[in-house]
Amino acid sequence: MSYVAHDESAFAPPAEVEEVELYHPKTWVGKYVWSQDAKIIAVQYAMTAIGIGLVALVLSWLMRLQLGYPNSFSFINPSNYLQFVTMHGMIMVIYLLTALFLGGFGNYLIPLMVGARDMVFPYVNMVSYWVYLFAVLLLVASFFVTGGPTGAGWTLYPPQAIAQGTPGASWGIILMLVSLAFFIIGFTMGGLNYVVTVLQARTRGMTMMRLPLTVWGIFMATVLALLAFPALFVSAIMMILDLTLGTSFFMPAVVSMGKLGEHTGGNPLLFQHLFWFFGHPEVYIVALPAFGIVSDLLSVHARKNIFGYRMMVWAIVAIGALSFIVWAHHMYVSGMNPYFGFFFATTTLIIAVPTAIKVYNWVLTLWRGNIHLTVPMLFAIGFIFTFINGGLTGLFLGNATVSVPLSDTMFVVAHFHMVMAIAPIMVVFGAIYHWYPKITGRMLNDTLGKFHFWISFVGSYGIYYPMHYLGMMGVPRRYYAIGGTDFIPASAHFVNEWITIAALIVGAVQLVFLYNLIWSYFKGKPSGSNPWNATTLEWQTPDTPPKHGNFGPALPVVYRWAYDYSVPGAVDDFIPQNVPPREVAGRNSSKT
Amino acid sequence: MVKPWVPAQGTVENLHDKATARKLALRVFLAVVTVLFMLLVVAYGRRMAYEDWRPSPQLGLLWANTFALILSSVALQWALFSVRRGRMDGMRVAFLAGGAFTVVFLIGQVLAWRQLGTMVYFDVTNPAIAFFYLITGLHGLHLLGGLVAWGRTFARVWGDFDVVKIRHSMELCTLYWHFLLGVWLVLFGLLFSGNNLDILLKLCGIR
Repeated sequence: MSYVAHDESAFAPPAEVEEVELYHPKTWVGKYVWSQDAKIIAVQYAMTAIGIGLVALVLSWLMRLQLGYPNSFSFINPSNYLQFVTMHGMIMVIYLLTALFLGGFGNYLIPLMVGARDMVFPYVNMVSYWVYLFAVLLLVASFFVTGGPTGAGWTLYPPQAIAQGTPGASWGIILMLVSLAFFIIGFTMGGLNYVVTVLQARTRGMTMMRLPLTVWGIFMATVLALLAFPALFVSAIMMILDLTLGTSFFMPAVVSMGKLGEHTGGNPLLFQHLFWFFGHPEVYIVALPAFGIVSDLLSVHARKNIFGYRMMVWAIVAIGALSFIVWAHHMYVSGMNPYFGFFFATTTLIIAVPTAIKVYNWVLTLWRGNIHLTVPMLFAIGFIFTFINGGLTGLFLGNATVSVPLSDTMFVVAHFHMVMAIAPIMVVFGAIYHWYPKITGRMLNDTLGKFHFWISFVGSYGIYYPMHYLGMMGVPRRYYAIGGTDFIPASAHFVNEWITIAALIVGAVQLVFLYNLIWSYFKGKPSGSNPWNATTLEWQTPDTPPKHGNFGPALPVVYRWAYDYSVPGAVDDFIPQNVPPREVAGRNSSKT
Repeated sequence: MVKPWVPAQGTVENLHDKATARKLALRVFLAVVTVLFMLLVVAYGRRMAYEDWRPSPQLGLLWANTFALILSSVALQWALFSVRRGRMDGMRVAFLAGGAFTVVFLIGQVLAWRQLGTMVYFDVTNPAIAFFYLITGLHGLHLLGGLVAWGRTFARVWGDFDVVKIRHSMELCTLYWHFLLGVWLVLFGLLFSGNNLDILLKLCGIR
């Protein structure tokens, strides 16, 4: 599809812009700690996110140990278990995935991919990271306060979240809510930066419809996050007030042990609506960057242009818009009007259309491509499989009539882990293997990478595939122990044991990945500036890793879209975005 | 439809100066704030629909506060006109007045808080009362944030200063103040409505 005419008007001079006011640090601390360089901030975000993510990984091990081998571990009691569930969920969704995709990949890739020297507001960007770090520290602090962290489940539903008897109902929940509020403030600072940088700092020739899909995915996810996080912010503040000042936004009159509590007139359903008005877009805040990044990974490593670029862009936009009108499909059992259920089931199924378009386009990009089974490509293909699996069970749960009997079972746990845990994390790994050479100048070890991929991929199926069957048997989620329940056969315990073993192995293999990250930083093979022969601007920088200011004296000028791979007639199988038509080797062919 | 492969696209200029970027950033931020207050309004409306709704009392002081906020918005607009026409003295007076009226508004809001707190209607578990404090509080915090930007600009309008930069800053301040005035008018209407929003609630399908 990329036929470029030999038109001399295609030669644009470098953009004439005022000198960019970059802050030039003079000390080591200014450069690497209080850094205003988006690339450093990206690494800070990523390391913090991965660090807290490892805590959540350990929590998942502890949960699985209890479920696989009930009553075998004295250090896991019912309260601890609920705390593990809650903290695992919240950390993974917000503090790991959201922060890593937007703060990590967003900061690193947006300025480089759009051809900018840095984010538009570097100082605000720096503050964004430090506020995020503060939010993480508040969260970690909740492990050490009286009563421990909150055990209310990651959805934090009142009244139970702040009722006495729930683990962490005194300090844990307050720290959680305050931490979330700070996370949102920090994110809003970063998010404004990402949006304005994409809209107003693109280099000459980089039209919106020439942006790599990675940028489109991160951009749209940022817009979603900016519009969805206020709902969580409001509900966090209201719940803090209910807890500390005795207001009744969410807390109804509760009779406990024969005594009427101090609250009257609150509406717990209001919290659920606010929470899911944030919570459902949150799924796409995690998924859209993954969609964007995986599109680029597939295209680069299949040496083929992405199939249906414009369709892919509009699908991202459509998914983003639709994600705001499906939230109540998380509330089918909340006693809502059945007509509402019908409405939300319909919108939920409509969202499958743009999503399916994307999946078809990924598969069609692979079709007859020159597929290189590099580690990033393995993870990208792993993502497609996992995402299709998770998406198909989403069809079950999106339909109110099917969803109601499956509510609160392990089926739901299996579904959302497939679709928004394993699938995005596959992309995170693929992206790290793909861009690590640009960030450090060294390749990650290939053998260790393949080992990491296969164990993680097969192991994840080992965990979640059987979990669907547990759910269909009716095994409930969030239960500390299912005990001697009649409708659950003894074989379910065997399945639980199997899942636990698989989870321990998959978790352990991530240590190999960490080892690879550290080892390759010192001993990895030097990568050169463009090891994957990719077209996008971040691979065309004069230095690897790119220096402060990214592109040397002159900003690149963009002449083409991001997907000129295997262009018929061209000598090389890729044409970088900043190569003018007349410099394309072999351009005398009629099709370059 | 923009075709990414058309070479003529290579000459399109996308870069913008810092002032345009700041303006866009403010507009995006205002979109975020709009969502925040919209959610509060919807939450308030949903809670109103229940039968046990006890509206908060109508405080006459809020009319005076609203008037002060309108004056601050007008004053800032006047300052912007002045700086565009090069009348620096008028600009300083108007800009100072804008800030002063905002402070008057905020003091008025605090007085309204205290007034409500001493009334017999005051009951922290009544959602209408709690919403009143929450909504006015959040709105006031946004104005306080605006006053920080106002103060930074005000410090720069003395002696030698770059008129273009000051004009940009004033444009941002004025936009922000007008926006917060608009938000306040909606919130004022809501908080002052007592239980008289029946038609609106029915139109929204809430009641």
